[in-house]
Amino acid sequence: MNLINHESVVKRMKPRLSKNSISKWIFFALTMFVLLILGVLLYRIFSQGLGNLDLQFLQSLPSRKPENAGVYAALIGTIWLMAVVAPVSLLLGVGTAIYLEEYAKENAITNFIKVNISNLAGVPSIVFGLLGLTVFVRALAFGTSVLAAGLTMSLLVLPVIIVASQEAIRAVPNQLREASFGLGATKWQTIVRIVLPAAIPGILTGGILALSRAIGETAPLVVLGMPLFLAFLPKTFFDMITVLPLQIYNWTGRPQAEFHALAAAGIIVLLVMLIIMNSIAVLIRNKFQKRY
Amino acid sequence: METSTATAKIVNPQEKQIVYKTSNLDLWYGENQALKKINLDIMENEVTAIIGPSGCGKSTYIKTLNRMIELVPGVRTSGEILYRGRNILDKSYQVEELRTKVGMVFQKPNPFPKSIYENVAYGPKIHGIRDKKILDQIVEKSLRGAAIWDEVKDRLNQNAYGLSGGQQQRLCIARCLAIEPDVILMDEPTSALDPISTLKVEELVQELKKEFSIIIVTHNMQQAARISKKTAFFLNGEVIEFSETNKIFSTPEDKRTEDYITGRFG
Repeated sequence: MNLINHESVVKRMKPRLSKNSISKWIFFALTMFVLLILGVLLYRIFSQGLGNLDLQFLQSLPSRKPENAGVYAALIGTIWLMAVVAPVSLLLGVGTAIYLEEYAKENAITNFIKVNISNLAGVPSIVFGLLGLTVFVRALAFGTSVLAAGLTMSLLVLPVIIVASQEAIRAVPNQLREASFGLGATKWQTIVRIVLPAAIPGILTGGILALSRAIGETAPLVVLGMPLFLAFLPKTFFDMITVLPLQIYNWTGRPQAEFHALAAAGIIVLLVMLIIMNSIAVLIRNKFQKRY
Repeated sequence: METSTATAKIVNPQEKQIVYKTSNLDLWYGENQALKKINLDIMENEVTAIIGPSGCGKSTYIKTLNRMIELVPGVRTSGEILYRGRNILDKSYQVEELRTKVGMVFQKPNPFPKSIYENVAYGPKIHGIRDKKILDQIVEKSLRGAAIWDEVKDRLNQNAYGLSGGQQQRLCIARCLAIEPDVILMDEPTSALDPISTLKVEELVQELKKEFSIIIVTHNMQQAARISKKTAFFLNGEVIEFSETNKIFSTPEDKRTEDYITGRFG
């Protein structure tokens, strides 16, 4: 007595199989659509910008005359900004992650903190700009400076670094910690010698991705009052800077078409920086990846 | 509680010292009582086996002996465990100090993702030994002690994950020997190994007992019969019987012990 009639199963098989192959094509088409849009964007930028991209463009300060203008000030400004964001956000982020994963007891407060850190990652960047304006520019009187901008950007990317580091630390098998404790190691020795070395690829990957986000952000810096046009370079952390996205924003707002071409060239510079940083992240991940 | 049926039977043959004297040990995971009034005297330079079905508390007990159990949230204990005369459950006993004298080998081989050399040198290093010559000596002595030196001496700087499971477990034993412990706790050290690797570890245990006191939890009754001098049978968090291994396996006093070792349950 069979409960399944195999003949009718075979008969009904055809629509199932065709659905199966159609779904594959639908997903392929969706992927192609996204790639197409990206391709159009890249084509526009490169066809407009490549002509302007030369050494002179990289080495010139901004200027009222498009033929003299360059991204030098913005490029240097971006590097200064990173010099603040990278150490501040990595120290705070990794420190917080270590505390939450290794020290904090599982209780309502810890859970509340964890949930809110994830929520913080979803807060619009302009809100962080307002926070920076209130706290760093005004209350702490750093003014419109590299320092204020860097600290604001650090706060912006902090949640991403914390979450990435937490995941990396959590992925370190507990049996390694046990082995270390079993030999009489203290918690701190275990963290420094076992947990962090094993978690470093994940932490650095997350960190670099977060930094690339900081490089591309515009809104918080506009709120802080960072200048869109700046014809000198910063000398201390209390000087003003402009950064690549601001410079690009400035150029796209100009009426002259020549400036639009400069903006495209600036975007290429920004994209190249991002690609370099992401490649470093991938390299680090591949180099250090370990199985347990 | 010296009159408890289990402990009272032990006659001290020579002038061997007690390493671990457990008295009235109770342990709770939250509301669940996992160990009930445990009384056990463990002698030095012997292999003491702990057997019993899953969930009987044998792993819990051995992890209490180096206070590894504290890593589990919500654990409470009462009673005392004297290690060489000092109560280790007393909060003033630093766990780090205890664990330099009591090494542990775990169920699954758990080498660090480091070189073979660094795995063995880890313990001495965290205890502040930096002299390269001394470290070299410790590493060689420990690897020889764990009967793995000949297999790895030419590749000390390679990653420990390149070793087979059985080699990894002997490396973990070497890592444990490197801190020159007094007691070695083994929590089902062969349950993840193939029969040949298991045999090697068992032979090793026979060598090690000359210098160390060994407490081994095992699921495998034949293993307990082969390698241990005394055996404790745990059931539902209690010590049902504790005596000479050959006595437990030939003429057990308790019906439940007999049922377990003849395979009627467990």
